[in-house]
Amino acid sequence: MSSPPTEDSAAQPAGIVERLVRDDLDRKRFLKMAGSAGAASFGAFVMAACGSSKKSAATTAAAPAATTSAGSSSPSGDVAILNYALTLEYLETAFYEKVIAAGLFKGRVGSLIKDFGQQEASHVAALKAAVMKLGGTPATQPASKFPIENAAQVAQLAYTVENLGAAAYLGQAGAIKSPEVLASALAIHSVEARHAATLATLVKKSITPDGAFAKPADMSTVLAAVKPFLA
Amino acid sequence: MSNNTPTQTTSHGLANPELAAFEVHGMTRSSFILRGALAAGAFYGTAAVTPFVSQALAETGGGDVEILNFALTLEYLETDFYTVKGSSLALSGQAKAYAKQFGAEEAEHVAALTAAIKSLGGKPVAKPKFAFPASSEASFLALASVLENTGVGAYNGAAPSIQSKQVLAAAGGIVQIEARHAAAIDLLIGKSPTPSEGFDTPLSKAQVLAKAGPLIKA
Repeated sequence: MSSPPTEDSAAQPAGIVERLVRDDLDRKRFLKMAGSAGAASFGAFVMAACGSSKKSAATTAAAPAATTSAGSSSPSGDVAILNYALTLEYLETAFYEKVIAAGLFKGRVGSLIKDFGQQEASHVAALKAAVMKLGGTPATQPASKFPIENAAQVAQLAYTVENLGAAAYLGQAGAIKSPEVLASALAIHSVEARHAATLATLVKKSITPDGAFAKPADMSTVLAAVKPFLA
Repeated sequence: MSNNTPTQTTSHGLANPELAAFEVHGMTRSSFILRGALAAGAFYGTAAVTPFVSQALAETGGGDVEILNFALTLEYLETDFYTVKGSSLALSGQAKAYAKQFGAEEAEHVAALTAAIKSLGGKPVAKPKFAFPASSEASFLALASVLENTGVGAYNGAAPSIQSKQVLAAAGGIVQIEARHAAAIDLLIGKSPTPSEGFDTPLSKAQVLAKAGPLIKA
């Protein structure tokens, strides 16, 4: 069992994210820390996340395979990925809760937003269960903050967040070891894409902003992008 | 990665629903693991994966090529549907715009999958002939919804069997687009753009062929 990170896990998450984006953390170290039972807090998780600019999280299987030779089994690699996804889903769920509470959308759009919020919550539940099934400890919910000003601004923010979420899942597909975990990640990935496409019609932006092939986003990119939403 | 020409070619076979029960020549270790994992029940809450348990991957390198050729057939189908069928109907407004955009994107998928198959040393299937039962914009959009949603299920169903990380990345980049198409079409026709539970159910080849097979004529 690896020791917890030296930084206080209750330290400012924003500072931790900055550090992670700056630092050249080794992926092996990340997977070892994030996959262990000791890295349950979001701060610790983010600290351990992949910040390397040399390797994206969407690299070949060689990267997660490296952790297996160090003694930690491949499930801890998948646990780390699941906890990363869980963290994003926590943020999306919190976002939609705020949006729904603000009562900005009515009628069919309001109903769709409610659906999306419920679906993100179900993703949280599924990912938590997946982590536990693999013997890991689920990441805890981070404190978050989202600007909620008006319907147009919120819809645009939702479009951005959902596109990012879809890209995040796509970025991890190649790193997942278990076919079962991959199947579940893909079952969620396409739903995030559906959310994004729906929001595209609301904000009158492209259904397919990347064109015919969706682009993956690596872990450091995604975590840097969500940094403004960490309270 | 080595590649023999798959002994089980699929071009004419796909017109035949019996091909749903693929004949294979043994199992790879990864397929054993896959069977075990899926037989244990997927924890995202669906039970629609049992057909995979009875299907095994070809032992020699035909696995990814076979999957890509299956995907290629579906992409040929979608391209034809949007471009040929779409222009034969008097589509207007958003339906017409989607048919144009999505047809172009599916054509890019055809090109990419063809190139991927060739790069693996495989033989891309020939473009089949199709027949689409749609005579109005409404029926066209209804069928578009079926095709796109089936496409999502097909890619999600096949992906865990893919051996190459590069092929998996390509499939992932494509399935996301199919999901976006599906949501856009469903919104247009007043359907929910998402599966109510929040998870897209993977489909087996048999399930995909049940939807797409009747549209393939040769």
